[in-house]
Amino acid sequence: MIITVASGKGGTGKTTVAVSLALSVAADHRTTTDDPLFLDCDVEEPNAALFLNPTIQERREVGQMIPEVDLEKCTYCGRCAEVCQYHAIAVVGEKVLVFPELCHGCGSCTLNCPTGAIHEVLNVMGTVERGWAGLPPLSSPPLGGIRGGEERGRVEFAQGTMNVGEAMAVPIIRQLKQWVIPPSASTGLGGTPGDRPIILDASPGTACPVVESMRGADFVLMVTEPTPFGLHDLRLAVEVARDELGLPVGVVINRDGVGDQGVDDYCATERIPILMRIPLDRRIAEAYSDGGTLVEVLPEYREQFQNLYAAIGRLVVDRKGARAQ
Amino acid sequence: MKQLVILSGKGGTGKTTVAAALAHLASQELSIVMADADVDAANLELVLDPTKQDVQDFAGGKLAVIDPEKCIACGTCHEVCRFEAIIPGPGTEAYRVDSLACEGCAACYYQCPEEAIRMEEQRDGQWFRSDTRFGSLFHAHLFAGRENSGKLVTLVKQQARLLAQDTGAALVVVDGPPGIGCPVISACSGMDLALHVVEPTISGVHDLERIMATTDHFGVPSLVVINKADLNPARADEIAAFCTERGVGVGGHIPYDTIVTEAMVRGLPVTAYTDGQVTEALGEVWKRLKDKLLI
Repeated sequence: MIITVASGKGGTGKTTVAVSLALSVAADHRTTTDDPLFLDCDVEEPNAALFLNPTIQERREVGQMIPEVDLEKCTYCGRCAEVCQYHAIAVVGEKVLVFPELCHGCGSCTLNCPTGAIHEVLNVMGTVERGWAGLPPLSSPPLGGIRGGEERGRVEFAQGTMNVGEAMAVPIIRQLKQWVIPPSASTGLGGTPGDRPIILDASPGTACPVVESMRGADFVLMVTEPTPFGLHDLRLAVEVARDELGLPVGVVINRDGVGDQGVDDYCATERIPILMRIPLDRRIAEAYSDGGTLVEVLPEYREQFQNLYAAIGRLVVDRKGARAQ
Repeated sequence: MKQLVILSGKGGTGKTTVAAALAHLASQELSIVMADADVDAANLELVLDPTKQDVQDFAGGKLAVIDPEKCIACGTCHEVCRFEAIIPGPGTEAYRVDSLACEGCAACYYQCPEEAIRMEEQRDGQWFRSDTRFGSLFHAHLFAGRENSGKLVTLVKQQARLLAQDTGAALVVVDGPPGIGCPVISACSGMDLALHVVEPTISGVHDLERIMATTDHFGVPSLVVINKADLNPARADEIAAFCTERGVGVGGHIPYDTIVTEAMVRGLPVTAYTDGQVTEALGEVWKRLKDKLLI
C-alpha cells in the first residue's frame, strides 16, 4: 500500500508524521511482515534523513536527457528550435545553443531533426540514494538517550536531492520512484493493506512536484494545523489529490488546540475523515528541533500510528470495494 | 525603489507572518507594494484583508488534445511521450491525455501521422491586483496541480515592480514560496535582499544552508531572522555562528509565542494585533532591514 503524506502548507508536520508512521509500522509485525519503504520526495529540502539517520548504501546521479548536436550532420535548418516548446534550443547562424535549465527532456528535437544530428546526454540535476534506517549498525554501541534504536524496526530508506541552482524537481522525484518502488506496487488503487507499506513524504505546496509525489499512491494523508493558513492550503491539496487525481484522502490535525474550528468544520462538510490528532505540545517541538521523532519522545504514540495505518488500510479497501461495484 | 523577498527553504517557518508584519510596519513610514510569490498556496491575502480590483487569467502552457475521430490508435503518441501522459482511454477511445501529467512538449503533436492531436492553450490560474490598508497587493492562484508556477511568480512580481515604479513607491515586499526550485528562483531574481526566516531546528538549519546557497548562486544578498528562537537556544546559536562564518547578518530573534496564531485567526498581521515581545522583535528586524536596504 502506497501512502503519500502531503499538506499544502509547509511546516505542518509532514515529515514528523511520515517518519513516525514508518517507524511505528516497522515495529508492528501484526500489520505486515515486510519492512516499510520510506521515500523522501521533498527533493528541494529533504529532511527525513535527519530523523531516520539511515545508512546510505547506494547513490546515483539523476537528471534528464538533453540534446547534444553533432555539428558535422547539422544543417542549421532550425527545426529543433521550432518544435521546442520551452525555448531550450536555438539556432543562431551556424551555432546551436542548448539551455539545459529550460529543457524538459521531452526528446521532441531529437525526433524532429531531419538529419539525425541530435543525440541526448544526461544533464545531472541531483542524486538519489537508498539504504536502511532503524537498526544501529552491528559495530556501533547501543544508542542511548531518546533514540532507543534497538526498539525500532527496520525501514528501507530512499531520498532524492536536487542540486542547488536547478529549477525542476519533478524529474528527480520521478526517477527516485522508478528506482525504488517495485512496478507491482505502483498500480494506483491496486495496492492492498497487506502489501509492503510504502510511505512517501511530499514537499509543501500543490504544484507539479506534489502531483508527482501523489501519482500512483493508494491514499493521500494530509497533515494540517487548525489555523486559517493550514485550512486554506489543505483545501488546495485536497483539490489536487481527491478532485484531480481521484485519490482517497484523510487528515491528521497537528498542533491540535491552537487556532480555530475551521479545519474540523471543513472536514465535516467535505466528509473527509480526521484520522488522528496530535495536540500542541512544546515537548514535541523541542524534540523535533534536535532530530527526535514523535514516537521516540512519546512512545505511547506508536500504537496510535499503528492504528492510523490500519485505518488507512480499511479506507483503501472500502474504496476499492466501492469502485468495483 | 528597493525589492525585498522573504524566503525560508523549509516550509512553515513563518515567512508570511514576517512578510505581513514587515508590510504593516513599512507602510507606516513609506509607500509600499506587496507581492505574494507563493502562487500555489498563497496566504498573504488571509492577513491583509484585500479587496480585489482586477482579475486576470494566466495562461501557463499548452495541453495535448486527441481528436478521437481522427485517431487510428497507432500508439505513436504513447510511444514518444516521456511523461506517461498518453494513457489508454476509457471505452472506445484508444488513448487519452492525462492533463496533470502532460507537460505540453508537443512531441506527440509533431509525431502523430494522422494530425489527430492539437495543442490547446491552458488557463492555468488567475492573478489579482488588490487594495489593502498597507498598499497594493499582487497575488495569484495557480490551479490545482498545474505547471509553470515560475512564470506566474515572475508575472506577479513584474506587476508589483511596475506599479511601484509608476507610483514612486519606496519598497516592494515579496512573500516567497518554500523550497529552492523554479518558483523560488523566479522569486529571488532581481531582488535587492533576501530575508531568510529560519527556525532553530535540525531541519531549519539544513534547509537554510540550501536556500542561502541558492540565493548566493543567483547573486542576491542575505539577511537571516531566527523565528521561535527560544525553542532551542543552542540551535539558534548554531545558526548565528553559521551566519557569521558566511558574513551574513542576523536581523533578529523572534520568540515562540502562540499569539502569532491568534493574530492569524483574527486575520491580522501580528504587529497590528499586539504590542508584545513578538511585535518588538519584528520592529527591530524592520530597523535592520532599513539599514541594510538604505531606505
